[in-house]
Amino acid sequence: MKPGMNIAVLVKQVPDTYAERRLKDDGTLDRDAGEAVIDEIDSRGVEVALQLAEQHGGEVTVVTMGPQRATEALRKALAMGADKAVHLVDDALAGSDAWQTSAALAAALRTVGFDLVITGNEASDGMTGTVPAMLAERLGLPQVTSARKVTVDGTTLSAEKLIDGGYAEVTAPLPALVSVSEKIADPRYPNFKGIMAAKKKPVQTLSAADLGLSNTGGANAASRVVSSAPKPPREAGQKITDDGTAGAKVAEFLATERLI
Amino acid sequence: MPTVLVLAEHADGALRPVTGELLTAARRVGTPAAVVVGAPGAAAALAGELAAAGAEKIFVAESPDADSYAVTPQVAALQAAVEAAGGAGEVAAVLLPNTVDGRDIAGRLAIRLDSGVIADAVDLDESVVATLSVFGGSYVVTSQVTQGIPVITVRAGAVTAEPVAGAGEQVPVQFTVDPATATTVTAVHTEPAGDRPDLAAAQTVVSGGRGVGSADKFSVVEQLADALGAAVGASRAAVDSGYYPHQFQVGQTGTTVSPQLYIALGISGAIQHRAGMQTSKSIVAVNKDPDAPIFEIADFGVVGDLFDVAPQLTQEVSSRKG
Ligand SMILES: Cc1cc2nc3c(=O)[nH]c(=O)nc-3n(C[C@H](O)[C@H](O)[C@H](O)COP(=O)(O)OP(=O)(O)OC[C@H]3O[C@@H](n4cnc5c(N)ncnc54)[C@H](O)[C@@H]3O)c2cc1C
Ligand SMILES: Nc1ncnc2c1ncn2[C@@H]1O[C@H](COP(=O)(O)O)[C@@H](O)[C@H]1O
Repeated sequence: MKPGMNIAVLVKQVPDTYAERRLKDDGTLDRDAGEAVIDEIDSRGVEVALQLAEQHGGEVTVVTMGPQRATEALRKALAMGADKAVHLVDDALAGSDAWQTSAALAAALRTVGFDLVITGNEASDGMTGTVPAMLAERLGLPQVTSARKVTVDGTTLSAEKLIDGGYAEVTAPLPALVSVSEKIADPRYPNFKGIMAAKKKPVQTLSAADLGLSNTGGANAASRVVSSAPKPPREAGQKITDDGTAGAKVAEFLATERLI
Repeated sequence: MPTVLVLAEHADGALRPVTGELLTAARRVGTPAAVVVGAPGAAAALAGELAAAGAEKIFVAESPDADSYAVTPQVAALQAAVEAAGGAGEVAAVLLPNTVDGRDIAGRLAIRLDSGVIADAVDLDESVVATLSVFGGSYVVTSQVTQGIPVITVRAGAVTAEPVAGAGEQVPVQFTVDPATATTVTAVHTEPAGDRPDLAAAQTVVSGGRGVGSADKFSVVEQLADALGAAVGASRAAVDSGYYPHQFQVGQTGTTVSPQLYIALGISGAIQHRAGMQTSKSIVAVNKDPDAPIFEIADFGVVGDLFDVAPQLTQEVSSRKG
């Protein structure tokens, strides 16, 4: 590890939310359905890590667990400026739930070493939002989740975190885990130099066996999908163009539907 | 009957409505027991309400630490309550509200209990099978924990509270917080809820988007909301432009709403916004652009200027109530 602050950032590759997302018949995500991108929330995590490393020195390591092509998400983070990457890739990990994902990522993070772990607050594909807290518990770290602002002074981390109905100011001793909310820094765009440099940066791959993981994969998950069914899509109703009376016409519609 | 533990959500000496919803869900599975984590004296103020809402037992976990640290006091208290209730053989599930804190508590607790976790359930049956609404309601999925005591967060407003009074027997439990893994809360800033209904649970929601144009002009949205007795929502573009506070964001990364009526003013209807509102019973949209995607899901669409249509609608609604 370098002097300064060594930061591990988790990034996940997800189906682009601008496209339709589908589940397979067994209730797992259809990862071939659309384009795969680095989750927007994780690109914000990378941005925060880069800013902190710029202020305090140190090194930014991006970590992902996912299929072969998830390495694209790592390259994107490297092009933004991260120093190195770790890719946990193994067919045996397919179908992992949050419990197993947090076990695997915790093992990977222990091999990397860190003063600070940064994650997104909620992946856009799984919607569980529980991996960060599970990781913090496994690694014995304080957790600061849904942060909208993060600063570090010595070994104390201060943050503003979103809570229901507003925000809270919190502090925690390092090492710690932070999950970022979308109300934090906008991610920088990789420039040409960054993209070229990323090609030469080290990406270490790890297997489940490398980390000594057992009971991996969907068959051993701590939770399982029982059934899954698509809902029929909504259809458009009537549409009018305002001729100066549309407000009154909406009121009529609401009255007919017994909504007022 | 096995026990089902419910983390009581409370603020300023009052229970949050979601607690009654969780106790109702708990009763389907077993004997509902509430866990109150708070400063000394917190439980005394809530005990009557909890018993009326269905708690047969109330595990009282009080400590000055409860309010100074985030999340870990609740994790430790729930772990202690699981022990006090007889452990894995006796506890059928732990239910928490699906809030930011609720999910953090659930995640940490699941690791301590070596249990699986399910987040954001919209329903729960007697065999602890949870129903989830995935990708903004495009899929309905049922899911089950297969390891340990199921730890489940439940979306506010999804289960209808049906209170059946319980005995409300108070049982003290002790917990400690390890400062090395604790996050200290130094200040909390919440907007006073005011007279408007809670966004997630509201029967009617009026939302404004980037088309509203400024924070000042959001009063047009608020006036219509108030005439309808509705909650106010906003798109991410409106929030990011500083027109309205973040806690009112509707969508994939904001609050999911499913009201009887949703009115979208100056919102284009991006897929991520729709993910948070497309299960609304009735949708009305006002947008200048006839091709705005919001019209694809609107039951009643108006191509027009929101600054003409919304005030006229406000007027009509007020006079009909007259
Ligand atoms: C990962 C991710 C998560 C996201 N999560 C969310 C989320 O949770 N919620 C969310 O809302 N978005 C979310 N977004 C953003 C989303 O993609 C859109 O950018 C956003 O919803 C657009 O907001 P808008 O409709 O207010 O703005 P715009 O798309 O700019 O639309 C403004 C509309 O107002 C209309 N208009 C302008 N003036 C008037 C007028 N005077 N009268 C009537 N109509 C007028 C215009 O015709 C236009 O259609 C997310 C995006 C990503 C990538
Ligand atoms: N497979 C994964 N690889 C890397 N990071 C992950 C993975 N799964 C979850 N995360 C991180 O945890 C955050 C929250 O995920 P989740 O709890 O699944 O909603 C994400 O935004 C990521 O930063």
